[in-house]
Amino acid sequence: MVFVQLFITFFKIGLFGFGGGYAMLSMIQHEVVEVHQWLGIKEFTDIVAISQSTPGPIAINCATYIGYTAAGGSISGSIIATFAVCLPSVIIMLAVCKFFLAFGKNKYFSAALAGMMPAATGLVAAAALMLMNSHNFVDYKSIIICAAAFVLSYFFKTGIIKIIIFSGILGYVLF
Amino acid sequence: MKQYLNLFISFLKIGAFTLGGGYIMIPLIEKEVVKKRKWINKDEFAEMLALAQSAPGPIAVNTAVFVGYKIKGTKGMIATVLGTVIPSFTIIIFIAIFFAEFENSKTIERIFCGIRPAVVALIAVPAINMLKNNNFKIHVTAIAAVSAIAVWLLNISPVSVIIIAGLCAIIYNTFISKRY
Repeated sequence: MVFVQLFITFFKIGLFGFGGGYAMLSMIQHEVVEVHQWLGIKEFTDIVAISQSTPGPIAINCATYIGYTAAGGSISGSIIATFAVCLPSVIIMLAVCKFFLAFGKNKYFSAALAGMMPAATGLVAAAALMLMNSHNFVDYKSIIICAAAFVLSYFFKTGIIKIIIFSGILGYVLF
Repeated sequence: MKQYLNLFISFLKIGAFTLGGGYIMIPLIEKEVVKKRKWINKDEFAEMLALAQSAPGPIAVNTAVFVGYKIKGTKGMIATVLGTVIPSFTIIIFIAIFFAEFENSKTIERIFCGIRPAVVALIAVPAINMLKNNNFKIHVTAIAAVSAIAVWLLNISPVSVIIIAGLCAIIYNTFISKRY
C-alpha cells in the first residue's frame, strides 16, 4: 500500500512541480510530513540538508531518500518514488518534442505560466518559512546559525557544502 | 551503441558533478551538449532551455529527456534520464542506509541541530534571488507573497496554489489585460 501511495504522491509532485526543485520542496513537505506523515519535520529538514549537499537534482535526491525511509528502509520504495517523480517530466517533454514544439508559445500556456512562476517563487519561500519552527530552532543559538548561514550564502556566495559543514560543526560544539 | 553510451556518460557526469540543483546544472549541460559533443547548436539549446524551465518537474530531467530524444529517440531518452538519475540515486541510497544505522546517535543529532537552521537560510536565499531576478516587480512579488502565505499560514496545498495561480493568470491575461 505504501508503494502505491509513494507512486501517486511523487507523480503528483512531479506533475505540478513548476519552477524546479526548490519550489517542489514545499509540495514534498506538505505531502510527506503533513498528509502522509511518513516523516517528522526534523527528519524532513535533515533530508533537505543532505539533498542540498549531495550532487544531482534536489527533487530526485529527496524522492530517493523519502522513498527509502517511508517504505521502512526499502530500496524498492526509493525506486518507486524516484521513478514517479521523473515520469511526468518524461511524458510531458516527450509529448512536447513529438507534437507541440510550439507549446511554449501557446497563448493560454504562456498566460498560465505568468501566474505559476511567481507562485512557484512563493512556494520556495513557503518551504523556508515552514521549516522555521520550534523543532528546528531550539534556542537563540539556532537563530544565530540561521542568520550567519544567510549572510554567507546571500552576500558572500559561500558554497552550500561549506555552509552545511560549518553549521554542523557549530551544532556539535554548541548543543 | 556507442552513441547511447556517450549520451549516458555525458549525463552521468552532469548528474554526478553538479551540486545545488537544476539551475546550477545548466551551464554544465550546455558545455557538454553544445560545446563538447556538438549534439545540438546554441539556438536549439536556448529554445530547449525555455521549454525545460516552463515544463513541470526537475529541470535537469526535462533537459535530459529533450536532448536524449532529439539525438537518439526513445532509447536515447532512456540513456540520458538514467544517466541523470543514477548518481543521485546511488549516493542517496548509501547515505540513507548509513543514517539508518546512526539514527539515535547523540553526535549526529547535535550536528544536525546546527544544520537545520542553516537549511532554512539556504532555501530562503534562492527564493530571494528568484524575486531579485524579476527585479522585485510588484505583481511578481505580490503573487509570490500571497502564495507563500496561503501555504505557510493557511495550510493550503502547494499543488492547489499552483493550479489556482495558473487559472487566475489565464483569466486575467486573456480577458482582462489581453496581454497574450
